[in-house]
Amino acid sequence: MRIELTTEQQENQAAFRAFVNREIVPYADSWDREERTPPEVISQLARTGYLGALIPVESGGKGFDMISYGLLNEEIGRGCSSLRNLLTVHCMVSQAILKWGTKNQRNYWLPKLAAGEAIAAFGLTEPNVGSDAKSLEATANLSGDSYILNGQKVWTTYGQVANLFLVFAQCEGRPTAFLVERDSPGFTVKPITGMLGVRASMLAELFMNDCRIPKDNLVGRVGLGVSHVSSYALDYGRYSVAWGCVGIGQACLEACLQYASERKQFGVYLNEHQLIQQMLTEMITNLDAARLLCFQAGYLKDIGDPRSIMETTIAKYFASTMVTKVANDAVQIHGANGCSSKYRVQRYLRDSKIMEIVEGSTQIQQMTIARYAYQYFTPVREPAPTR
Amino acid sequence: MTSDIENTLRSFISRFMRGHELKDDEDIFASGFVNSMFAMQLVQFIEHQFGFEIETEDLELDNFRSIEAMTRFIEQKKSLPVST
Repeated sequence: MRIELTTEQQENQAAFRAFVNREIVPYADSWDREERTPPEVISQLARTGYLGALIPVESGGKGFDMISYGLLNEEIGRGCSSLRNLLTVHCMVSQAILKWGTKNQRNYWLPKLAAGEAIAAFGLTEPNVGSDAKSLEATANLSGDSYILNGQKVWTTYGQVANLFLVFAQCEGRPTAFLVERDSPGFTVKPITGMLGVRASMLAELFMNDCRIPKDNLVGRVGLGVSHVSSYALDYGRYSVAWGCVGIGQACLEACLQYASERKQFGVYLNEHQLIQQMLTEMITNLDAARLLCFQAGYLKDIGDPRSIMETTIAKYFASTMVTKVANDAVQIHGANGCSSKYRVQRYLRDSKIMEIVEGSTQIQQMTIARYAYQYFTPVREPAPTR
Repeated sequence: MTSDIENTLRSFISRFMRGHELKDDEDIFASGFVNSMFAMQLVQFIEHQFGFEIETEDLELDNFRSIEAMTRFIEQKKSLPVST
């Protein structure tokens, strides 16, 4: 077994890091304060080709392997979790189209998504439906050559700016996926502001009032919206979020290493206090563990192993719970300064909490992982005690 | 006679149905044993194990209903020329 990056992956990582340090890190705090991602930043991300990270080269994408894609999420997540969110949802929709879209959908949308000419968003969650996705209340009814959609979606990441929405609704009483363009008749978007974290993610509510879309915008088959289309997309979403958490954790660690080597209390630098060292040690160790779980999930994805789905869930669960603790300790090490908007760690803490909620809450992951144990491990019965 | 494909499928699906003796013609979706993550794991398992892509056109319930049905589907897919 060898755990090391290929030369190409190392080069990709260096390019991601340089881009993030130059174009994202210096500005992420102001995007957070303004609760928006400037359009020129999205254009800049599009010019790098990173929005087409997973789209095949023949469709205009980068065709990255899953490890390179993970490293991209780590680096962008280190700079700005909102922008990493954009990459997450955009790639989720791209992947859903690539896997379950029709030939026409793939030919039309993938080059646009790869080039960033279209920005994609994921419309699953509703005011009354979160984790229980099969209970969607939005409806879709076939009418001639169109589907008529009615219902509401909420917390749609980058819904304020997206041109293309992968929307889920009950069709013939079964969850089904559809592509909805922003200018579809009967489709409106309302911005959401005032969130705890990932505040530049330009969330929106989506309203569909007799929204008419072409019949050909069905993705997959009627009834397979949750079991196949959203499950597939969310698997990629969890992978992206898990790596994004490693990115936030890395940012916390780097901020703490710097702060603890510059600030003195009781005549010595903070990093000489043993209780600070303990927090740094926990941070480094847990961050390493999360990164290794992400590497494992990425490797299994690259070889198409079905265990990748559950190992991605485990990586997301560990990384998101890990980073909440890491960011909490990062604020603690920074003291009152860490609670101030002058220091980035307060943003990292707010962003990290969101990671425990999106793409399957911590509690949903716990239920799923516990069930998974019975698929892959056979309990060994203890012999009956002898008298 | 039980084929290698059937044995491979039974070995995988049985993980989701601990303590249940799965018959070749038994409807696995009607059994109540499978969870929401099962469908995608099954798709990935078949793709990984048998070396072809499952596409939207293949997503007929009749292709996945039982071990027998999946075996027929896999044999048919493997006999087809690779599409480009």
